[in-house]
Amino acid sequence: MYKIVESLTLTADIFQFEVKSDRIAKTCEPGQFVIVRADENGERIPLTISDYNRKDGTIKLVFQVVGASTHALSLLKTGDSLKDIAGPLGKCSSFVNEPQENLKQKRFLFVAGGVGCAPVFPQVKWLTGNGVTADVIIGFRNKSLVIMESEMEEVATKLYVTTDDGSHGYHGQVTAMIKELCQAGQSYDICIAIGPTVMMKYVALLTKELGIPTIVSMNPVMVDGTGMCGACRLTVDGEVKFACVDGPEFDGHMVDFDEAMMRLGQYHSEEKAAYRAAIAE
Amino acid sequence: MDKQKQVPIRMEDPVLRVKCFTEVCHGYNQEEAMAEANRCLECRNAKCINGCPVAIDIPAFIAAVKKGEINEAATIIFRASSLAAVCGRVCPQETQCEKLCVRGIKGEPVAIGKLERFVADWAIANDVFPSEKKPPNGKKVAVIGSGPAGLTCAGDLAKRGYEVTIMEALHEPGGVLVYGIPAFRLPKAEVVEKEIANIKSMGVKIETNTVVGKSVTIDELLEEEGYAAVFIGTGAGLPKFMGIPGEQGGGVFSANEYLTRANLMKAGTANSLTPIMRAKSVAVVGGGNVALDAARTALRLGSEVHIIYRRSEAELPARAEEVHHAKEEGVIFNLLINPCEILTDERGWVRGIRCIKMELGDADESGRRRPVEVKGSEFDIAVDMVIMALGTSPNPLIAATTKGLAVDKWKCIVADEESGLTSKAGVFAGGDAVTGAATVILAMGAGRMAAQGIHEYLMGGDK
Ligand SMILES: Cc1cc2nc3c(=O)[nH]c(=O)nc-3n(C[C@H](O)[C@H](O)[C@H](O)COP(=O)(O)OP(=O)(O)OC[C@H]3O[C@@H](n4cnc5c(N)ncnc54)[C@H](O)[C@@H]3O)c2cc1C
Ligand code: FES
Repeated sequence: MYKIVESLTLTADIFQFEVKSDRIAKTCEPGQFVIVRADENGERIPLTISDYNRKDGTIKLVFQVVGASTHALSLLKTGDSLKDIAGPLGKCSSFVNEPQENLKQKRFLFVAGGVGCAPVFPQVKWLTGNGVTADVIIGFRNKSLVIMESEMEEVATKLYVTTDDGSHGYHGQVTAMIKELCQAGQSYDICIAIGPTVMMKYVALLTKELGIPTIVSMNPVMVDGTGMCGACRLTVDGEVKFACVDGPEFDGHMVDFDEAMMRLGQYHSEEKAAYRAAIAE
Repeated sequence: MDKQKQVPIRMEDPVLRVKCFTEVCHGYNQEEAMAEANRCLECRNAKCINGCPVAIDIPAFIAAVKKGEINEAATIIFRASSLAAVCGRVCPQETQCEKLCVRGIKGEPVAIGKLERFVADWAIANDVFPSEKKPPNGKKVAVIGSGPAGLTCAGDLAKRGYEVTIMEALHEPGGVLVYGIPAFRLPKAEVVEKEIANIKSMGVKIETNTVVGKSVTIDELLEEEGYAAVFIGTGAGLPKFMGIPGEQGGGVFSANEYLTRANLMKAGTANSLTPIMRAKSVAVVGGGNVALDAARTALRLGSEVHIIYRRSEAELPARAEEVHHAKEEGVIFNLLINPCEILTDERGWVRGIRCIKMELGDADESGRRRPVEVKGSEFDIAVDMVIMALGTSPNPLIAATTKGLAVDKWKCIVADEESGLTSKAGVFAGGDAVTGAATVILAMGAGRMAAQGIHEYLMGGDK
């Protein structure tokens, strides 16, 4: 059992846990994820690590309720425990292993959509903490869905908040914001986009036009998270990759997003039915 | 009674059993077991023992069963095997011990596997396990992976007084025994959990959710956490795909994914939140135990099931008993055909599988006749789900994160056959991680040899 040191409600359906796990907190790096199970009947849910505290042996996880399993997770409170948590899984962001002198020459642009703010946060914190420039765009549908704005403000070199309906910050989608920044003369050596698969698809299309190398963090269906089942397979540059071991981060200009979205929908009808049953309870 | 024939085994009715996951074979009761044991000729130079990868003294344990001394029979088996209730159920006896049984020349061989199972089940029911345990010797050993290789190695070391911790990546111990082999062949609560509880009762600690290579590395275990030696029994979990068009389609799964959902995650049962796809008609590609397990699971979840295998029935690598059971249950065998494409609809979902007919040509290196395509013989089978059961290879994670650990070109860890020692001091390996996908009994045997190897390494040869 793994204790939830703190459980917070960020929006109506987005939650944050700080969980005790010494092994994971000791070795995790930005970009990696864990697999959690709420209880005995729970599904194995992959969640990207959104922060870690090596001293206290805790990690933070942010998740949105999208089905029966995340609903079950959202019912856990401070002091409760997760049945299982395994990790850190996947490869860490490639910049972690890049020589610092190289990194300091580079300008990073992060683009986060919705709950994608969570995985972006430790990356930005790591980079700016090491003296690297990292501008951040965080985008939401409307004001009520905005999360992690103040935390991001603290670590980003410059923060831009967008909402689709203009109820908070810049009025428009993240892609419009990227265009505007580039038109205003900002230049970036690398873009890291994390969020819903469609968002990453359109950001990648745009940055390809703009000539900015782009990394995305994929979130396919997973079971084990150790390379054993192939549920998480994606096509990247014409080759089959397992997101849990080869990723989760890939070259955004090489990922077959349409296939990824189709594969994400494989369990849609089963999941909807389970969710309806769960909230009816 | 006809001495040429085995005492018949009681089984679930095929019509009823395809609706549930209860064990197909009921096993012998004591009366039946004693009658079957009476068929054993107790050959002085018993060939069957040579067929057993761990050399169980088969005539001796059967002689004890004859006399109704089941406790004695159990003691004899446990001397060589630590997972007898499992092996009695899943070993390919027809190519091992039973193949060499003298009775098999004129009639049916003695049902050695069924007798082993009877004795082991009796031991579980009566709670008799061998537990001579040496006092603690103060040395710590880490065992990575909790499949048959890891469990056996851990149990043997604990008996010798070592402080053993098993580290398992998944949330439940057992390896393939829990995530791969379905309950209708190997019951979980009644058999696998009992075997694991037995190993724990010897003082072995099991740390689940620990992915060695990620959560902690072997170098850290040795240098920082005070382990004197490490055994790697991480199996061969990486699924293969064919690389044919359509394989990324919606509704195409590896057998590992499908079986893990059904077994480990209990998808399809009332309380489980893990989804599993229920198809009208499923094609399972492959002819081994894994393919048959996936096929019979799909059948139980309500699908029509086609096995697609490129050789003929004689070459099916699955256990003969499973092929027989699968046929009884209504699995359709499409032999001597090979898939060339998975057909998908406009949404990208499976709608069929295109296959080509094969014929058997000359024998290949393995001695089996090589299947060759019959030109222009393509045809389609309409299915809405495809399961790929083409074999697996070892996961590269451990090798990639351990300094100085040699692997061969198939990514198998290189280990000494006698001692299990790898290219790295203090690190031993065995089971599927070394051999590639093989069998439970071979993994168990390797775990046992490595325990001896580790003991000699740490205690300097004293046996
Ligand atoms: C569906 C199926 C049916 C089968 N049927 C039969 C049969 O009827 N008869 C038979 O004899 N054999 C059968 N086999 C083969 C047999 O199960 C295997 O040969 C045997 O289990 C191998 O044992 P092992 O201990 O080497 O590995 P495994 O049983 O594979 O166990 C390895 C364990 O290590 C864990 N692990 C892997 N990497 C790490 C890591 N980095 N850190 C921590 N833990 C890790 C895995 O999660 C797993 O639990 C079958 C296999 C399958 C998949
Ligand atoms: S989640 Fe199973 S292989 Fe990636």
